[in-house]
Amino acid sequence: MTTRTSSLFLPMLRSRQVGNWLAVAPFFLFALLFLILPTLNIVVGAFRDIDGHLTFGNLVKLSTPSIRDAFWLSIQLSVLTAVLGCFFGFLIAAALVFGKLPGGLRNSMVTFCGVAANFSGVPLSFAFIATLGRLGFATLILRNWFGVNLYATGFDLISFTGLTITYLYFQIPLMVLIILPALEGLRKEWSEAAASLGASGAQYWRMVALPVLWPSLLGTLALLFANSFGAVATAIALTGSSLSIAPIVLFAQIRGDVLNDPHLGYAIAFAMIALTGVANGIYIFLRMRAERWVK
Amino acid sequence: MKGRNIWSWLAVALGAAYFLLPLVGMFDFSMKMQRGKYSFEAYRVVLADPQFQQTFGYSVVLALLTIVLGVLIVVPTAYIVRLRFPGVRPLVEFITLMPLVIPPIVIVFGYIRIYNTSSILPFTGSWLGTNVLVLFGYAMLALPYMYRSVDTGMRTIDIASLTEAAQSLGAGWGRILATVILPNVFVSVLSGAFLTFAIVIGEYVFAALLNLNTFGPYMVWMGGNRAYEPSALAVVAFLITWACMGLMQLVTRFSKSSLAKR
Repeated sequence: MTTRTSSLFLPMLRSRQVGNWLAVAPFFLFALLFLILPTLNIVVGAFRDIDGHLTFGNLVKLSTPSIRDAFWLSIQLSVLTAVLGCFFGFLIAAALVFGKLPGGLRNSMVTFCGVAANFSGVPLSFAFIATLGRLGFATLILRNWFGVNLYATGFDLISFTGLTITYLYFQIPLMVLIILPALEGLRKEWSEAAASLGASGAQYWRMVALPVLWPSLLGTLALLFANSFGAVATAIALTGSSLSIAPIVLFAQIRGDVLNDPHLGYAIAFAMIALTGVANGIYIFLRMRAERWVK
Repeated sequence: MKGRNIWSWLAVALGAAYFLLPLVGMFDFSMKMQRGKYSFEAYRVVLADPQFQQTFGYSVVLALLTIVLGVLIVVPTAYIVRLRFPGVRPLVEFITLMPLVIPPIVIVFGYIRIYNTSSILPFTGSWLGTNVLVLFGYAMLALPYMYRSVDTGMRTIDIASLTEAAQSLGAGWGRILATVILPNVFVSVLSGAFLTFAIVIGEYVFAALLNLNTFGPYMVWMGGNRAYEPSALAVVAFLITWACMGLMQLVTRFSKSSLAKR
């Protein structure tokens, strides 16, 4: 990696430059061994059959109904939690920025969001089982105080709906953390200028604020999509393997080759990288656009 | 104006209710192990469980070693890139963002494929090798946060002058890094370290797929086999996350006030 890349910089190759490359070599070696090569191995494996020949057969097999359904479920889950996370996160952030709420409330909410965005995985699913499970806190309150039997209405925590509600617990805070600086970056002068030209509040939002914010909004949507798509531990701890979403299928495949085809596992992993990669690419691209306006 | 204020309160209150309810729920559930009364029985059982002590201790050791490894990888690199090698910055930054793009489960899949017993580097063939592999894996998961944190820290100090001053006194590179640069970015390192700790302590996917008995797989096992203990574990995990984030904010605030005094 080091030697290959340094040849790209041949014109400025000097002894000092060699020293610099040597100094950053451990970092690149680390990245190569534990990030780049493992990923490349998966990508290459996705395009090879068992004898090592080039093939698109593995990718074609992704369209078998069980795997296609798993991906479709994952995509629906990720899109839904991203959209809802963006929506509710935006409302909370907007309330904090424009609502003239006490300053302490803003700071404590931001601190809490920092915790909640990192409180994912296994403990989060336990918290939701203890709250919305069959004997959960909220389930019992609804039953004993309001006479509403949640589970008789068809609700189940171990389901698509339950997973959505659980994922929102880390999606909404992430949205708040990312969009809050963008909202605070909306300059007061802009709303004053709009008002002095006779714009109403709604017109200001539609014609000034949202056009400035939309790269941030869409970018965060893409980030939330990837965030939810790669989440494995939360889903496994919550549903076991009863809900077939793409990461759970991959997890089962790595554990015990349940698909009886190792290269199909590569193809699933490759498709996951492709989807999160595209989503993050959109995020990074739109983020750079957004930074032109909001500073 | 007044109407807007009511809507803002409503949005924040609904948000707070959604965020607090599961916390109340898990705490409530964790206290119900003994019939008919609230008690800390579930916590007592969990804390006395030798499996808990073992797996939790294991995860704490892994987290601390990951932090050391992360510092050793990130600090010298961020320093060289900032001081002498800005040309390579886009590449380094791109690499530090990659762990956010590639799902961890895919990376660990790659590890299992290329570091199995029949490869040149058979990490997964031995107990020690697997632990080394998982440490590097965790350092990689924490890389985006650690690098961002340290790099931001270096931006606020004048590393060029500090380096020249140290060099004029005869210090070598290792000495400059360890005794001049590291203490000056210590707050940023700490902030990255706390986040690393929070990530590693409850990590599940790497540990489960590499067959390591850390805290994450232990929690999942408890979840499948016990009723009240998982909630107690969730409360413990939440308190750890909260402590890590709180300490992170504290050191950042502390550094800001000490900078302001200068």
